[in-house]
Amino acid sequence: MTMKTVFRKTNGLTDKPTHYCPGCTHGVIHRLVGEVLEEMDILEDTIGVASVGCSVLSYEYFNCDMTQAAHGRAPAVATGIKRVLPDRFVFTYQGDGDLASIGISEVIHAAARGEKITVIFVNNAIYGMTGGQMAPTTLIGQKTATTPYGRTESVQGLPIRVSEMIATLDGAAYIERVSSHDVPHIMKAKKAIRKAFETQKKGLGFSMIEVLSTCPTNWGLAPHESLDWVKDNMIPAYPLGVFKNKEGGN
Amino acid sequence: MGKVLMKGNEVIAEAAVHAGCKYFFGYPITPQSELVAYMARRLPEVGGLFLQAESEIAAINMVYGAAGTGVRVMTSSSSPGFSLKQEGISYLVGSELPAVICNIVRGGPGLGNIQPAQSDYFQVTKGGGHGDYNIPVLAPASLQEIVELTQDAFDIADRYRTPVILMGDGMLGQMMEPVEFREREKAIIDEKEWATTGTRGDGGPRIITSLELDAESLEQRNWKLQKKFATIKENEVRYETYQVDDADYIMVAYGTVARITMNSINQARQKGVKVGLIRPISLWPFPEKPFIETRDQVKAFISVEMSAGQMIEDVRLAVNGHAPVDFFGRTGGVVPTQEEIYDKIMTVAGGVNV
Repeated sequence: MTMKTVFRKTNGLTDKPTHYCPGCTHGVIHRLVGEVLEEMDILEDTIGVASVGCSVLSYEYFNCDMTQAAHGRAPAVATGIKRVLPDRFVFTYQGDGDLASIGISEVIHAAARGEKITVIFVNNAIYGMTGGQMAPTTLIGQKTATTPYGRTESVQGLPIRVSEMIATLDGAAYIERVSSHDVPHIMKAKKAIRKAFETQKKGLGFSMIEVLSTCPTNWGLAPHESLDWVKDNMIPAYPLGVFKNKEGGN
Repeated sequence: MGKVLMKGNEVIAEAAVHAGCKYFFGYPITPQSELVAYMARRLPEVGGLFLQAESEIAAINMVYGAAGTGVRVMTSSSSPGFSLKQEGISYLVGSELPAVICNIVRGGPGLGNIQPAQSDYFQVTKGGGHGDYNIPVLAPASLQEIVELTQDAFDIADRYRTPVILMGDGMLGQMMEPVEFREREKAIIDEKEWATTGTRGDGGPRIITSLELDAESLEQRNWKLQKKFATIKENEVRYETYQVDDADYIMVAYGTVARITMNSINQARQKGVKVGLIRPISLWPFPEKPFIETRDQVKAFISVEMSAGQMIEDVRLAVNGHAPVDFFGRTGGVVPTQEEIYDKIMTVAGGVNV
């Protein structure tokens, strides 16, 4: 009887066990990026930029050259790398606290310049590593360590829809929001990530994939409840879809 | 190549190009904007790249990214912008990346003004960003010296894998002098095997980071950095002395103020006052040797600064109580005149031979 491999570890990730909490989808998203880099055969030509927050240690997990950036500055660091090495693939992996708050300027301007980099933006509507404080993406009514009575428009203002905002910039070439809450959506997320790296390969400009993700620990929910929370609360606030596709089509 | 008449800021830029710098990320700020503009025009001519960042913070982080690929890269700014770069500078030190950062100092604090000052001395020599660190700081006093020290800055950066600060005041940036660019051997640097350029089958992956979650490990990393700083202290001290051999009084000044002070010294010498000068060229490491050699023979040291008195602390440490240390300074962007420094010398000299 011949054995057929139906599942194996991707070479896009190292053997190091991740530190992520049970039920967090960072691991899944890491794997998707790793698989794409492996399948496109570009691992040896890729330099990743890790951010600050839960994914700060992602430089230990991706099996390619990695640089760790200061809080929010990953798109600027990636710009420096890509401008020196235009024929390499450069990506950042950033959470919502990193990208949408302290680093909003860096990501907007990298997109406006049409930097040929790929941003993997993981949005779980909360600060994870710092202990569950409000993020710019925290939903109205959502309770966090710094919005103990729930986020209100009058006090904390409204959440930022980053993908929609970035898509308005002419330098943005491919912008899509996907989700990681179930298998069909995970498969879709992988396709989007691949499309983003292909956009970079074609030199079309800035690409960003926003991935809706979970934070069971800081949301105070069980892993399966967290997946439902993404579906029931986050997707209505952050609709999935392609917001920019310079090439047209899908 | 003969002598050319150039503006200080442009000399820094051209010297950087001569030193092999092909990448510049910057943000305009007076009084150093000519440097940025010069790079924008010049770098494409040598196959390099100039990029205007959206902020000083972005610029230093672009430098961080580029430095990680192993190329010679530079940014420049002036005081308020330099403050914004401190975050990135701390990361460059923590990740051991070479880069050159120029600070053409203006009056502060806050927005201050655009006149020449030296009031960022503490910021450049005592760390500036967070964490335990020091950065080599070179302070030229003439445009010809800029040519030499700019290349030195890149060589030191590569040799020790450290950011290096080139510090001048607004006057140095704005003045014009004839300069000559001589081709110089660049430091022989080992293959930058630490650079992140894609693994390309050559082993790896490589990681550039300053994160070390375990306290004991971070302490080890800090001691390793401290060892490096000690080596830099041993090897990279630069200074000049002027008429110190028979001096009763020694002035201490750096940058353009040192040049003004030299004239005041000549004036005082004509009146029979034996006065000399120690001019630190490296502000960190601060030159202790000329103080140790002279401190038991002189009646007083006088620190002359375009600040309210910052370098004087290093002068006091170097003198270590062996002689009185006096101070003359103007701040807020006021440049001291030859006459008022002369008056200070005569006051301290207490009418000796006058």
